[in-house]
Order: sequence, then C-alpha cells, then structure tokens
Amino acid sequence: MIALDHVTYAYPDAAVTVLTDLSLHVPRGTLCGVVGASGAGKSTLAKVLSGFVPHAEGGELAGSVQVGGIDVPQTPLAEAIEKVGLVTQNPFNQISGAKFTVREEIAFGLENLGIERAEMIMRIEEVGELLRISHLMDRSPYALSGGQMQLVAIASMLVMRPAVLVMDEPTSQLDPGGTRMVFDVVSELTRDGTTVVLLEHKLEQLRDHADQVVVLAGGRVALQGEPREVLSDERLTQWGTGSTRYTQAARAARDRGLDVPGPTPVSFDDALRTFGRGA
Amino acid sequence: MDVYFEDVHHTYPSGVHAVRGVTLHVPAGQRLAIVGQNGAGKTTLVRHLNGIFRPSRGTVRVGDWTTSDKDIADLAARVGYVFQNPDEQLFARKVIDDVTFGPRNLGFDAERSAQAVREALSATGLTEHAQDHPYHLALSERKRVALASVLAMQTQVVVLDEPTTGQDERGVQMIARIVGDLAAQGRTVVAITHDMDFCAENFDRVVVMADGQVRADDVPERAFRQAEALADAQVEPPQLLRLADELGWDSSPLTVPAFVDGLAARRAVR
Repeated sequence: MIALDHVTYAYPDAAVTVLTDLSLHVPRGTLCGVVGASGAGKSTLAKVLSGFVPHAEGGELAGSVQVGGIDVPQTPLAEAIEKVGLVTQNPFNQISGAKFTVREEIAFGLENLGIERAEMIMRIEEVGELLRISHLMDRSPYALSGGQMQLVAIASMLVMRPAVLVMDEPTSQLDPGGTRMVFDVVSELTRDGTTVVLLEHKLEQLRDHADQVVVLAGGRVALQGEPREVLSDERLTQWGTGSTRYTQAARAARDRGLDVPGPTPVSFDDALRTFGRGA
Repeated sequence: MDVYFEDVHHTYPSGVHAVRGVTLHVPAGQRLAIVGQNGAGKTTLVRHLNGIFRPSRGTVRVGDWTTSDKDIADLAARVGYVFQNPDEQLFARKVIDDVTFGPRNLGFDAERSAQAVREALSATGLTEHAQDHPYHLALSERKRVALASVLAMQTQVVVLDEPTTGQDERGVQMIARIVGDLAAQGRTVVAITHDMDFCAENFDRVVVMADGQVRADDVPERAFRQAEALADAQVEPPQLLRLADELGWDSSPLTVPAFVDGLAARRAVR
C-alpha cells in the first residue's frame, strides 16, 4: 500500500538532505510505527507520504513515493489528500480557523470532497462517538483544551476515511486514557484495511499496537523490524529515541550482575513476564 | 517565593465551572507537578498565577502580591509562564530576539540581559539556533525557545504547561535538568504533565486533579499510591511503580536505580 524507494529530499535552499536513500514498505491494513530523535526526519517523512513535500514545500525530491496506488509527487495535492490523511504534530495549527463550531470544523474536509449532507451528518456522528467528542460538537474549536483540540484534529481526518493515514505524534497532548483510546481506534482502523504510519515517542504503545517499527536516524532508516526487537535494541539510546523504563530496568539489573532471563522487556506485560519469574 | 491558592474557583463565561475550590501552598524552591485528565482544570488553575485568569472566588497570592490586584505585566516580573503551545508565545523573527524580549521588558540592562539570554539558550540546547527564525525550527525546538524566553526573565516562579510534549529523550533530559537547577536556586516550579515517569523522577510533590478539585496532594511515592484519586483522575502510576505493585512489592520504586535496588534486595533474601 505504501512503497517508498530510495527517497532523498532536501528543503529549498538547504545544504543537507533531510531524508537520504530512504526505503519503506507498509502493507495494506498494517500499522507502521516510526521513532527517531528530533531532527531525524520524522515530520518530513510524514509530509512526503502526504504530498506536502514536495507540492507545498518545494525542494528536491528523488526516488519513488507510491501511496495507495498513486504516485504522490506526480499527483496534484488536492487529489493526494483524498487518499492520504495527515494528522499534523500541532493540532492548534490544523484547525482551519474558518469555522465556528467543532461540527463545522469536522465537516470542512467532507464539504471539500463534495460528500452529500445526510452522509456527512452520519459520518460526523460516528467519528464523534468513536473519539468520545460528541459533547463538544457545538463548541468553538478555539474553546477547547489542547487534548480536546487534538481529538478534533484526528476526527477531521478520520471522517474523510482515507485509505492511508499518517499521524505525526497524534497523542502528544492527550492523557493516558485518551492515548489508549486513540491507539485502540487506530488498531481497529487497520483491521478494517486502513494503512497507518504513526510517528511517535510513546514506545510502549508502539510495542503493543504496531506491526513493524522503523527507527530513523539522520534521515536514514537505521533499523526496521518486529516491534519488541527494535524497541529493545541497545542502539536506540545512541539514536536518541530512548527506551521504556522497563527496558532500562532490565539493562541496569543485568549490569548489576542480576540474572534477567529472556528477551529485554519493552512493555508492562513484557516486564511482568521478565521480572515475575521467581523475582 | 511562595505561592498560595486559597479556595480558588474559576467559572468561564460559558458557565463551565473549571476550578472548584483549590487550596495549595507551594513553598519557594519546591517542584510541584499537577497531573490529571484532559479537562480536569489544570491549565485553568495555573493560568491564575500570571494573571491571565482571575479567580471567580478565592485568592491567589505570589509572595506578598495578590494576583487580582496586579496586571499581567506586573506579574511577569515574578511568574514566568511557558505555554503548552509555543506558537502562542513566540513572535520574533530570530530566536535570540524572542528570548531577549522578556528580560529587556523587565528592565534588565544590556549586559545582564545578554548574560541571561546566553544562559537560557545554553540550558535549552539552542545556542546554535540563536540566529534562526523560530518557524524554521521543529515544534520540539520551538517549545524549548518558549522555555528559554521564560528562563531568561529569571523569575522566582516558573510555570510549565506540558513541558516534555514532543521532546525526544535528550529534550526530556534537558528539561529535567532545568527543573532541578531552578529548584536548587530556590525558585518555585509548578508544572503540568501527563508524563508520570518524568513526574516521578523530577518532582517533590504531586497534586492529582479531577473535576476542578484536588484529589491527592503528596510526595510522589504516596500520591501515586492513592488508587481512588488516580482512578478519578484517570492517571496511571509511573511505569516502575505500577510494575512493583503488580509484582507484590511493598516498596515504591520511582526510578530505575530504585527498582534495581528493590530487585537485588528481594533476590538476596531468597
């Protein structure tokens, strides 16, 4: 569903490339988590997948970007947007500024797609229930807390039902309950066939939900594979993505000479198995 | 400088009663973390400290000032406030201009201001970006520019709304160091956070809020043991404390070394 091959990109007037020879394949209906330090190229990757690079940003893009059956750099942005939904990092910037209520804000994209009214109403109600924001529909988008605004930004994308969803730290403003809910919703979408790329610092959530995890470092794919293996890799520290406290605890215990058998834990459930054994 | 909330209520013009009778005394040099669900009233509460909001009932004091007697410009001399969204705060075309604005506005002379700006940029890892346009920086860096502009004002009270959001490991460590340094200098830090591990490792006191009220107020070891308050606030304990609980330990490890100590002690007994 997503096939990036040998993608290299530099922003206009930039001396160095942000992405270098990057290849990434994500099958339909799967969730690909992307981790990396700030400046590793995550947000640029999100823009490449959704067409904002190069269409809106300019610059030099080499390599092939095939998403949802379209050649993104060769497709006008307005068309690409129908296939690929991008939830940006800062929900405050994603709000259109043109609408008075949350309901109208969520309807904005649908209006542009020319969806008929009855269908629109149905879809908005559905997404409102899914993300538990039905009670906010009549509020001004600007009278929301950061977390609520983030859910509205996600809803505005989900309601368009894109085949591919690219989410740049979609839960950064959310409390743990909200974070869990968004990850559950995303998992359900992938089961229904949506392909999702999620750029995220919350490693434990990726361990539990992603089908594959990619580590970006310096604009290149540094490591790629099964979530637990990738997320417990010792080199993650050197790549600046950190590790969960469970991983750190297992490593520190081994360093102290304590016997910590089995693979290094990443999530709570992993850690229970690791430390529960006769500990 | 001490901060006092005395039976503070806040009702928005829309009728939403966001803060419902909060009383807290935060002594100088304390690192206080406020945790709770989205919409619990955390941001509304701390926005009383810099005078953006005035209490509908009750009193907020910063040192010997009552905030409702002062305007925002006066309060800026005592309270630095880092917004959750840096784009609400940044306006200049160069990082250094954004960071210099606060201290100059507070009347620092050129030399003191330049020194304060240098220190703030260095603490936030932005020295190399001093001449950059803030909008050419990543969101995580813009958040640190917003933090630097507040640090440069050298206020006695610093309020941080979700400081670690979007930061990578290095960014989080940088912010943790800043929080520790501020407290070591006797300054008061009030932070809102959803990152319980950051909270457990870097704060002296945790206030758990739900529905505009304080549900728990204690040192992290004890605050994170108050199951009912945490459930009301939909807050999960820090990773290692939760693990220790599930493993049936009676200790409360908040950090990796504390957890490993606990593990070693249990193995030794066995």
